[in-house]
Amino acid sequence: MLNKEFTMQDSNQGILWEVFIQASPGIPHKHAGSLHAQDAEMALLSARDVYTRRSEGMNIWVVPANSITASLPEDSGSFFEPSNDKPYRHPTFYKVPEGVKYL
Amino acid sequence: MASNKDLFEYLLRLGDNTLIIGHRLSEWCGHGPQLEEDIALINVSLDLIGRSRSWLTYAGEVEGAGRTEDDLAFKRDDVFFRNNLLCEQPNGDFASTILRQLFFDVYTYYQYTELVKSKDTTISAIAVKSLKEIEYHVRHSRDWTLRLGDGTEESNKRMQSAINNLWRFVGDLFDMDAVDENLMAEGIACDNNKIKTLWEKTIFEILAEANLKTPEKAFFAKGSRVGMHTEHLGFLLAEMQYLPRAYPTASWS
Repeated sequence: MLNKEFTMQDSNQGILWEVFIQASPGIPHKHAGSLHAQDAEMALLSARDVYTRRSEGMNIWVVPANSITASLPEDSGSFFEPSNDKPYRHPTFYKVPEGVKYL
Repeated sequence: MASNKDLFEYLLRLGDNTLIIGHRLSEWCGHGPQLEEDIALINVSLDLIGRSRSWLTYAGEVEGAGRTEDDLAFKRDDVFFRNNLLCEQPNGDFASTILRQLFFDVYTYYQYTELVKSKDTTISAIAVKSLKEIEYHVRHSRDWTLRLGDGTEESNKRMQSAINNLWRFVGDLFDMDAVDENLMAEGIACDNNKIKTLWEKTIFEILAEANLKTPEKAFFAKGSRVGMHTEHLGFLLAEMQYLPRAYPTASWS
């Protein structure tokens, strides 16, 4: 039996942070994953160690996971289905110019 | 007049420091206090061991006896190692590891900043290449020191006892002998007295901010310059060197 102060339940792993990485200038930050940290500065350091050791990025955002408001699965009907039968909302009638990478 | 022997000795000091403290940090693999920190410690460890490869390869070339980085790392006994006593001290708890790392990272930061100016172009090049990762290491150990020292009663107590335990190995970091003086005269080595002044200023500032104190009275252990180590190095080497000594022809492929 481990000493009580060392059990996982008792050790404070910090709050959950979501990590966003920008791979190169001008393109959007992309969700890379999440991690635990005590505060924003440590979250940034951990994000660097966990997600960018192999030149994956040049800028990092960390956001407390509880600051993100997400839509609920039960809302998906009212949120997303009405657009399914409105093809005119999709930009499928345009030709993409050559050389445009990130459209 | 500095000889090749002086330069070889000096390179062993640099290479053994990063090898031994790097190996110590590698012992945390799979044991970190949280997953993120486990990865962070091992990243630092890999940086340090990688740097040892540069130093020991160059040391082997300077010696001219055909020894490779592996020969120097795995086929020397403890009395031939020249790492500072601080580097070989056991990990202890997380506070103890962070404190040891803070002392070492700030030391290497100022040491390598000076070595960038070395007239030996290989030393200078390795120093330049390492400084960016050292800046990151300092940030990592400083941030943890502030959080643990100024954290809970328990974390402050553990950091303070780490300082009380490791402070006696600080003097050894700045010890100098004829090797340093001969190489300094030729603009190759750096002046440890200068590094000591800078190190103390930074460390005292960080510790004060972290609500931590240095011991008022201290006895400083010495001996790394002549291979007189604490009892811990032998055990570390026994583990680190076991495989290549038991299976000399083993290879990755």
